[in-house]
Amino acid sequence: MTVDVDALERWIRGFAGLVAANRELLTQLDSAIGDADHGVNMDRGMTAVVAALDSVQPASAAALGPAPPASAAALLKQVGMTLVSTVGGASGPLYGTFFLRMATAAGDVTAATGTGAALDGPAFAKALRAGLEGVVARGKAEAGDKTMYDALAPAVDALDDALAAGAPLGEALRRATRAAEAGRDATIPMRARKGRASYLGERSVGHQDPGATSSALLIAAAAAAVAEGRR
Amino acid sequence: MKKLINDPADVLAEALRGIAAAHPELRVDHQHKIIYRGDAPVRGKVGLVSGGGSGHEPLHGGFVGTGMLDAACAGEVFTSPVPDQMLAATTQVDGGAGVLHIVKNYTGDVMNFEMAAELAAETGVDVVAVVTDDDVAVQDSLYTAGRRGVGVTVLVEKIAGAAAEQGRGLGEVADVARRVNANGRSMGVALTSCAVPAAGAPTFDLPQTEMEIGIGIHGEPGRQRVPLAPARQIAEYLLDPILGDLDFTGGDGVIAFVNGMGGTPLIELYLMYNEVVTILDKAGVQVARSLVGPYITSLEMAGCSVTLLRVDDELVRLWDAPVRTPALRWGL
Repeated sequence: MTVDVDALERWIRGFAGLVAANRELLTQLDSAIGDADHGVNMDRGMTAVVAALDSVQPASAAALGPAPPASAAALLKQVGMTLVSTVGGASGPLYGTFFLRMATAAGDVTAATGTGAALDGPAFAKALRAGLEGVVARGKAEAGDKTMYDALAPAVDALDDALAAGAPLGEALRRATRAAEAGRDATIPMRARKGRASYLGERSVGHQDPGATSSALLIAAAAAAVAEGRR
Repeated sequence: MKKLINDPADVLAEALRGIAAAHPELRVDHQHKIIYRGDAPVRGKVGLVSGGGSGHEPLHGGFVGTGMLDAACAGEVFTSPVPDQMLAATTQVDGGAGVLHIVKNYTGDVMNFEMAAELAAETGVDVVAVVTDDDVAVQDSLYTAGRRGVGVTVLVEKIAGAAAEQGRGLGEVADVARRVNANGRSMGVALTSCAVPAAGAPTFDLPQTEMEIGIGIHGEPGRQRVPLAPARQIAEYLLDPILGDLDFTGGDGVIAFVNGMGGTPLIELYLMYNEVVTILDKAGVQVARSLVGPYITSLEMAGCSVTLLRVDDELVRLWDAPVRTPALRWGL
């Protein structure tokens, strides 16, 4: 089971769909402890990402328009650059850096193994971890700060653990999704220490973090994309 | 919430068209949503670039012009602009003396300006960033994103802009900007919330009988909700934490800035200014200069903020220096 360019594209399109479907929820969560724009901003960004994917021509008509990204790294880089350029706020640099670091890691793996465009399970997990490390480098968040890190980090840990225990990638991503969702829910009692919610101090307690919520959707979309590929 | 808009999605683009039409002395890049001084880049002058989410007008676009900013990058409402915008603005205004980024301390703004500065460095432009963080409502800074940048940002843009106009170098202009930030403190109050056009509804509910103390400029809730009080009492709520945070007595006094949040009429701002100077007088704080009006707003939010800036002779001279922008204009 590998994650090829098609699977990555399914992931990205799936995430865009989940963001659009949860746009109001994300904005509502952000109204409580932030500035009411997370759903709108992420939806604008992912809509632009999908538009960039749609603008490429099928290989047979390559001469008529831009060719589709040929490798995992190229696709992830395009997603990251588009998010950095269109989302704004804190989410733009954070999600953008996540995909750009994933792209670098994916490029290193495919160059080293000569596997071309596809990532195997451990390589995909490694790329996700590189993305997570990028989020930490950019946002300086730690566990318990009530940020997207609190959903992403447990998910990446769970994915590594499941793969190490011999689980197939599909099952490992399902476990990662459950970990992300548990991490998201665990942000509710936390007191925010990063971002705009931190200004509220104790008043941020009792609210689910919007960034952790969108990050849980990101992992769920990956699980769905890989599951779909197996059918 | 009733608004003078067409489509919520077009608010920023259409407002920029209006700014371009009203101020032909400025140049507006509609694609990148950047407002430029008409004569940028000014050769040999340090370029000043600021920017941030929209909805705070006249900040920042209204402060572009001689003696203040060279370019302002407009983000979506309450959303930081993106690095592409800041990079474009930075390369466009560099007159060979480098570029100062004036960044309000919000997580998104800081990260996007950081990414832009990294990209600008690759193109060989000298960039120094100064982050404003004057809001005393945010305490406990180890456990927060740090103090927010609010009212002092206007004063930094004016004073650093004057220093740049005199032909000072990038390091010196940045030092002036940092000095203004370090000597400025602010605190705000909201009587009502505000509605982001795309959301359509107020960001938070504030009953008729209550007000929110310690708000920022994004409709985010403040630190404390208290019963509505007379202006005299509100002035105390705002000034007590400011005066408790920094000694404003002695020296050459302060620039006292009463800022409207967008929905409060000027008559009430002047009434508040009267309360502010009464308290300052009692506290032995001398007022060197004043600024009263809506300069850094939060859409249609009712309320105000107070900023005090401790000044010396040099800062007063830079404050008095000529400026010609849509929102601040004197001496030219």
